[in-house]
Amino acid sequence: MKTLILRTASNYLLPLLLLFSVFILLRGHYLPGGGFIGGLIASIAFVLHAFANGLENTKSLLRTHPGFLMPVGLTLAVISGLAPGIFGLPFMTGLWYDEAIPVIGMIGSALFFDIGVYLVVIGVTLTIIFTISESA
Amino acid sequence: MLLAVLSGFIFALLLVPFGKVLKGKWSILLSILPLALFIFFLQKIPQVIDGAILERNQWVPQLGINLDFNLDGLSLIFALMITGVGTMVFIYTSYYLKGHVYLDRFFGFLCLFMGAMLGLVLSENLITLFLFWELTSISSFFLIGFNNEDPASRKSALIALSVTGLGGLCLLAAGLVIHGITDSFSIVDMLQSSTMMQDHSFFMAVVCLIFGAAFTKSAQFPFHFWLPGAMKAPTPVSTYLHSATMVKAGIYLLFRLSPAFSGSELWHYSLWCVGGATMVYAAFQTLFRDDLKSILAYSTVSALGILVFLIGLGTEEAMLAGLVFLLVHALYKATLFLMTGIIDHAAHTRNVSELSGLRKVMLPVAVAGFLAALSNAGIPPSFGFIGKDLIYEASLHTGVFPLISTVALVSTNVMLLFAGFLAGVRPFIGPLPTKYKDLQAGSPRLWVPTLILATLCLVIGLAPGLISNSLIAPALVALGIQDYALDLKLWHGFNTVLALSATTIGLGLGLFFLLKPSLNREEQMLKWEKYSPLAFFEGMGSLTFRFSTLWTGMVQNGYLRNYILVILLFLMALIGYGMWGNFHPKIDFTQLLDLTFYETGIMAIMLGAIVFTVFTGSRLTAVAAMGVVGYSLCLLFVFYSAPDLAMTQFAIDTLTVILFVLVLYRLPKYLPFSDSRVRVRDGIVALGFGGMITLLALGVLSDPMVSEVSEYYSANAYKLAKGKNVVNVILVDFRGMDTLVEITVLVIAALGVFGLMKLRLKSRERIR
Repeated sequence: MKTLILRTASNYLLPLLLLFSVFILLRGHYLPGGGFIGGLIASIAFVLHAFANGLENTKSLLRTHPGFLMPVGLTLAVISGLAPGIFGLPFMTGLWYDEAIPVIGMIGSALFFDIGVYLVVIGVTLTIIFTISESA
Repeated sequence: MLLAVLSGFIFALLLVPFGKVLKGKWSILLSILPLALFIFFLQKIPQVIDGAILERNQWVPQLGINLDFNLDGLSLIFALMITGVGTMVFIYTSYYLKGHVYLDRFFGFLCLFMGAMLGLVLSENLITLFLFWELTSISSFFLIGFNNEDPASRKSALIALSVTGLGGLCLLAAGLVIHGITDSFSIVDMLQSSTMMQDHSFFMAVVCLIFGAAFTKSAQFPFHFWLPGAMKAPTPVSTYLHSATMVKAGIYLLFRLSPAFSGSELWHYSLWCVGGATMVYAAFQTLFRDDLKSILAYSTVSALGILVFLIGLGTEEAMLAGLVFLLVHALYKATLFLMTGIIDHAAHTRNVSELSGLRKVMLPVAVAGFLAALSNAGIPPSFGFIGKDLIYEASLHTGVFPLISTVALVSTNVMLLFAGFLAGVRPFIGPLPTKYKDLQAGSPRLWVPTLILATLCLVIGLAPGLISNSLIAPALVALGIQDYALDLKLWHGFNTVLALSATTIGLGLGLFFLLKPSLNREEQMLKWEKYSPLAFFEGMGSLTFRFSTLWTGMVQNGYLRNYILVILLFLMALIGYGMWGNFHPKIDFTQLLDLTFYETGIMAIMLGAIVFTVFTGSRLTAVAAMGVVGYSLCLLFVFYSAPDLAMTQFAIDTLTVILFVLVLYRLPKYLPFSDSRVRVRDGIVALGFGGMITLLALGVLSDPMVSEVSEYYSANAYKLAKGKNVVNVILVDFRGMDTLVEITVLVIAALGVFGLMKLRLKSRERIR
C-alpha cells in the first residue's frame, strides 16, 4: 500500500494522532479516555505509518524496539503504586498536588500510573504486530 | 544428636568438592564416619538404660514441625545396626568398587542414606520422620540405579522408588490425620493418647495408612516385588540398604507405633495375616531360585514377614522375639550378602549351580558363610538359635491361633534354612572346578568385615549377656513393656520348643540334601510370573502411559479450532449446570424502551455481516465482515452512552482486523479445511453458546440490580480520587491493583508472541 497520498497523509497524521492520544490520556480523569485507549490510539498511529511507509521506516523512526516501552511502563506503574509508601500510606493510595497545573490539570500518582498503562499498551501492541508482520 | 544425624549429609556435601582426592587409595578413610558414629551411640548405652534421651531443636515451630530426636532403646538398636553394619560396608566398598569412576558419588549416596536412616530412627516428630523416610527412598533410588547405563538397573530403581514413594505419601497422610486427632506431630504425645486414637472415627484410616507406609518399605506381600528387583544394585548396597537397614524402616515404624495401636483387632489381625502370607510365600520362592542374590532377596522378604508377623502377635514374648530376631537377621544376612559379593567379584558368577568347592581357595569367606548359615538355620550355639527359640516360644504359648502360627513359622524356617545353606554352604563344598583354581579371597578389606559380622553371630549366641541388659531390655521399655523378666540363654531344657527346633533343622537339612538347584525349576516358576503383583504393577504403569498418550493426543491435538470447541462446550456445560433449575427469567416488556430506527438499522447490518462471515469463500472478506460487526457494536455503545467502551472497542477492532490481515495475507487462499458435517457441528455449538449467553444476560436483567458498589464508586470518585470519570477512576485508583496485574499479563502475552515468532531453533534442537 505504497500510495503517495497515504504516505504523505501519514506523515502529518502520525504527530496529530500521537498528540490526540496524549490528549485522550490526560483527559481520562474527568472525561471519557484514559491510558488504555490512549495507548491503543498511539499504536494505531504507528501501525498506520508502517502501512504507508513500510515497517523499516517506522522502526527507524522509533529508533528503539517498541518492546522497551513495556518494562518502562510497568516500572512507572509500580513506582507510582509504591510512592505512597514513602509517606507511610498503603500500596496504591492516591497522592495529589493541591494546585492544578495549566493544560495538564491535576497531577497525582494515579496520573503516572495511567502513563505507565499507556506505555505498556503501546509496547505490547506494537511488539505483537511488528513481530507478526516481520515473520509472516 | 543433631550433629550425628546431619554428619552424613555434611559428608555427602563435602564429597562433591573433595571426592576426587578421596576416591583413590584413601577411600577407606571414609569409614571413619560410621565408625565414629557407632562409638558415639555405643557410649550412650548407659544413659539410655536409665531412660530415653530427648533432644529438641526448633525448626518450624509455628506448624509444630521440629527436629526433635529421641534416643531410646528401640532407636538405639537401630542406630547401632545402621552405623555398625555401615562401618563394615564402607570398608568393604573401598575395595569392592576400587577404581570405579564414580566411587566418590557412591560414597556420597551412602553417607546421605546413613544420615537419612539415622534421622528416621531418631525422629520424634512425624513430619521429620516422613522427610527422612523419603530421603532414604531417594538415596536408595540412586544406589539401585548406580550402574545407570544398564536399563534393567534403571527400571528396578524406578520401580523401587515408585513403590516406596507411594508408601511415603501414605506416611505423610497418616501424620496429618494423627495431627488432626492428637493436635500434635510428636510421637511421644501420640503414644500417650492411645485410647483417644483408638476411639476416634478416623482410627481405621490411620492404621491403613501406616500399613501402606510400612508394607511398601518393608516389602510385604503384595508390595514385595521391588526388593528382589533392587538386587541390581552393587552388592554393598544390597547388604546395607536392602537387608540390614532400609527395609527395616517399616519394621521400625510398626515397632515404634505398636504401643499406640496394641489391643486393636484391626492392627493385630492385619499384621498377622500380611506378615504370615509374606513369610511363607517368599520362603517358598527361594526354593526356585539359583541366583545367590535372588535367593537372599527372597529370604530377606521372608524374614521381614516373620518380623511383621511377630509384631502382629503383639504379646510381650513376641515383641522380645522380634527384637532379637531383628539383630540375628541383620548380622547373618549382611554376612551372606558380603560373602556373595566376594564370590561374584572373584568368580564373576552368582549362580549356585555353577559354584562349588570354593573353600579350597577362599577359606576365610567359607568360614564366614558357614557361620552365617548356622545362625540362619538356628543351630546351637549360634545367635540364631536363641532367636528361633524365642519365636517358637512366642507363637506356641501366646498370641492368636497358636497351632496355625507355629506350623506357618516352622515351614517358613525350614525353607529359610534351605535358602541359607544354599547361599552360605553350597558354594564351598564339593569338588573345586578347574576353572576356579586361581581364585583368591581378595583383599582383607573384603573378607575381614564379612568375618567380623559372622563371628558376632556366634559370639552373641555364646554370650547373650552382651546384649540382653544393654540393648534388648531398654528396647522393651521403649515398646511399653516394663519389668519383663528377661533371660536370654541357649539352653532351656527339653521341651516342645526344643523339639520344634530340632524338627526344623532336620527337615531343612533333608531338603538341602535332596533338592539340587536346577534351571528347570526357575523356568517353571517364570510361567506364573504374569500373575504376580509385579506384573500387575507394571501393567498399571503401562496402562497409565497408554491412557495419558491417548488423552494428550485427544485434548492437546494442536488444532486451535478443537481447543476452542472444548472450551466452549465445557463453558456451556458449566453455565448450563449453574442455571439448571434456578433460572426464571422475567422480562417486563413494559419497562423496555422502544426500538429506535437507528438501533434496528444497526441490528440489520450486524446480522447481514454475520451471515456474510459464515458463508463467504475468502478469509479476508470474513475478517472484514467481522470488523463490521465490531464497529456496529461500537455504535450501540455510543447510543447507550458508554463512550469509553465504544472508543476502546473501536481501537481494538481496528487492531484485530489489522492483525488478522497481516497473518492471513501470507496464508494460502481459502481451502475447504472442514467438510459440511464439521461445519454443521460447529454451527450447532456456536448457536448453542450464543443462545446460552443470551439466556444468561436475560437472567441477569430479571434479577434486581445490586447497585451498592456502583453507587459507592460514583459517589466517591471525586471525593476520594479527585476524578470525574468514574470508569477511569476505577481503573487507575479503586481497582488499580487489577489494572497492574492486567498490564503485566499483557506484557507476558507480548513476550510470548515475540518468543514464539522469533524462535529459530537449530536443526538438532528441534523436536522430532
